[in-house]
Amino acid sequence: MMAPAPLLSVRNLAVRFATPTGIVEAVRGIDFDVGRERLGIVGESGSGKSVTGRAVLRLLPPSAAVTADRLALGDLDLLGADVSTMRGVRGRRVSMIMQDPKFSLNPVMTVGRQIAEAYRVHHRVSRREATSRALDMLADVRIRDPRRVYDLYPHEVSGGMGQRVMIAMMLIPEPDLLIADEPTSALDVTVSMQVLAILDDLVSRRGMGLLFISHDLNLVASFCDRVLVMYGGQIMETLAAASLHAATHPYTRGLLAALPTLDTAGRDLPVLTRDPAWLARRA
Amino acid sequence: MSRAAALRAWLIADTPLSRRQARLGRLYLQWLTFRHNWLAVAGLAVSLLLALIAIAAPLLATHDPSAQNLDIRLQPPGATHWLGTDELGRDIYSRIVHGSRITLGMVVAVVVLVAPFGLVVGCAAGYVGGWFDRIVMRVTDIFMAFPRLILALAFVAALGPGIENGVIAIALTAWPAYARIARAETLAIRGSDFIAAARLQGASALRLIFAHVAPLCLSSLIVRVTLDMSGIILTAAGLGFLGLGAVPPSPEWGAMISTGRRFILEQWWVATMPGIAIFVASLGFNLLGDGLRDVLDPKQT
Amino acid sequence: MISVRHLDVHFGQVRAVSDVSFDVAAGDTFGLVGESGCGKSTLLRVLSGLNRHWTGAIEVAGRAVGPARDKAFHRRVQMVFQDPFGSLHPRHTVDRALAEPIAIHGLDDAEGRIARALDDVGLGSRFRFRYPHQLSGGQRQRVAIARALILEPGILLLDEPTSALDVSIQAEVLNLLARLRAARDLTLILVSHNLAVVAHLCNRLAVMQAGTIVEEMTIDTLRHGKPAHPYSRELLDASLGYHRS
Repeated sequence: MMAPAPLLSVRNLAVRFATPTGIVEAVRGIDFDVGRERLGIVGESGSGKSVTGRAVLRLLPPSAAVTADRLALGDLDLLGADVSTMRGVRGRRVSMIMQDPKFSLNPVMTVGRQIAEAYRVHHRVSRREATSRALDMLADVRIRDPRRVYDLYPHEVSGGMGQRVMIAMMLIPEPDLLIADEPTSALDVTVSMQVLAILDDLVSRRGMGLLFISHDLNLVASFCDRVLVMYGGQIMETLAAASLHAATHPYTRGLLAALPTLDTAGRDLPVLTRDPAWLARRA
Repeated sequence: MSRAAALRAWLIADTPLSRRQARLGRLYLQWLTFRHNWLAVAGLAVSLLLALIAIAAPLLATHDPSAQNLDIRLQPPGATHWLGTDELGRDIYSRIVHGSRITLGMVVAVVVLVAPFGLVVGCAAGYVGGWFDRIVMRVTDIFMAFPRLILALAFVAALGPGIENGVIAIALTAWPAYARIARAETLAIRGSDFIAAARLQGASALRLIFAHVAPLCLSSLIVRVTLDMSGIILTAAGLGFLGLGAVPPSPEWGAMISTGRRFILEQWWVATMPGIAIFVASLGFNLLGDGLRDVLDPKQT
Repeated sequence: MISVRHLDVHFGQVRAVSDVSFDVAAGDTFGLVGESGCGKSTLLRVLSGLNRHWTGAIEVAGRAVGPARDKAFHRRVQMVFQDPFGSLHPRHTVDRALAEPIAIHGLDDAEGRIARALDDVGLGSRFRFRYPHQLSGGQRQRVAIARALILEPGILLLDEPTSALDVSIQAEVLNLLARLRAARDLTLILVSHNLAVVAHLCNRLAVMQAGTIVEEMTIDTLRHGKPAHPYSRELLDASLGYHRS
């Protein structure tokens, strides 16, 4: 399923945080490529999956030191890019959807205006054209009455609707790559299924790359094409999503076994034993 | 491993073995954060130095602060009188050193009177809510509506000048701010799960307020108190300057400026030296307060 | 053990829970499943005594209880909260958190009780003098469970006890709860949005939607994929992952 020329290419990416009690290595030398596909990153908290997503967009605080042999979007070197180049990259070429739309939307601007503005930042068009684009985009994320929703403020929309608005806002500049960090974990299951269906549809229709970061193994296995399993800042294994349940790495297998299901009642769940050898540095 | 390294390891241990180690370890981590802010460390140094000077005043003073000698009045700073003498021939350096006792004494008295009172009233108002909260908050409104110095003036005018009355006057105007802070913190804490958990264990309202809510309000309060100390020093000096605080001949800094202003052009040191003392002391407390705010801010820990 | 009849809870004009009735037998583990805002957590807060604004009838161990609860009630019914970062006092060590209920109820042998409680939840004495910020999410949740059980209650209310935890930690906490339930004959009420967690731990469950119970069933009904109500079936489908249409 690998695209011939990857959208995003990462080699030996490492992120270190300086804290009062010492240096924390959040990401320790990982390699991966994202093509026009749905690539999932799965891991537990502290595995470095979110830090990886933010490092690509250089959205980490100054206390983080990011190093890599290669961190490139097409032929643009993201690591060496200056601030204004990065501003052009964010939104226009790479967008990001966060977990909770409540904290990502401007509370004093109607959601429609925000979507229209997101378009105008990257395209020189009239306000009227931006508005009509925004309305189309709202329809694209399956909002039934775009005209009405256009004039709502963020506090007036539900969580699921807010996440759709976020998706509309992030996709309207037509980026090549979308990074979604736990986009549905603040949503109810039934709503999150709808949001995923929208994402799925838009990504395949526009031929975008999607980096889908999640802690939910089942969700990633059923939604993505390929999956990276991260632990302790390293990639444990990379596999086709369809064969996640046939994973070979003991960490992945341990995680899968630890999931309660409808059929595990009355039994103890196998507890994951962590092997320090998993984190031994590869030569 | 050297002893210092062993002590450090003991302090930052992940698994403290006693209550004392746990508490000291937390203090040490706060100190590590505090240390990064060199202005705050300077503020701490000034405040500690001030306290030391006040404690050791009789040892540090070169002369009797109230010994008059008209033969040497208004001497410029020199070898025998480091900061010069005033209009009655008293040594200004010794008077400033002794004056630190009055100033710090007033500050401590105000803080001891006001901070616990404000904390308890504010926590109770925030936790109990309802009409009690409304009455307490309106009372604080009334006190906060008065400018501090004016109320202090009126109070001292009614009771007569003196340090004690000055302290009471400042205390009366200072407590509402603490009550407000404690109440605001309490409102934020009241709905949290750990308060709910304590309620489910059958904890009484008193236990909830004193053991659970108040300790969390304390850090904001400490920050506010430290920042307020400079204000208290200035108010105390203002009262002294107007002749309503400490009564002569006690070497209160504000009163010293007041008598020195008659000679401000010819004998500048008489008013300037206590002025510098006031400036350094209040700046020191302010810097310390700013640094403490960074360390103790409950939103960060 | 627990019986709820015609329970109503209002927040202003909003009916958070309306006409809910159910029974939980001694030793049962009863699950309440539903999405956010369906009233399942409100129901738990009413049972625990945190929410006092309700109408209806509640009986615990054969005795009717009103909105206000006494100390004896709190010894019998305890609760574990969802967010392990919010349910422990940030300035109290584990030792203090566990010592407090003992002091409130004037129990003897505080030292022994604290040591046993920590052993029971698999933490041990190494953790006794740590502050919450020195603990991981799973360790905090173990402390919260130890605190709830130190009064030796017969009924434990669990409000999404594992939904803030990683999968591997969730497994440990679920195993711990199952073990403690067996060892202490606990009656549990588990509120969760995660059908798999409920199915794993409970023997009966109720599905809630918009403040009412739409269906009550045994775990076997759920496991054989035979819920009657369409909403229950929708939840069941969603719990199995994403279906590409």
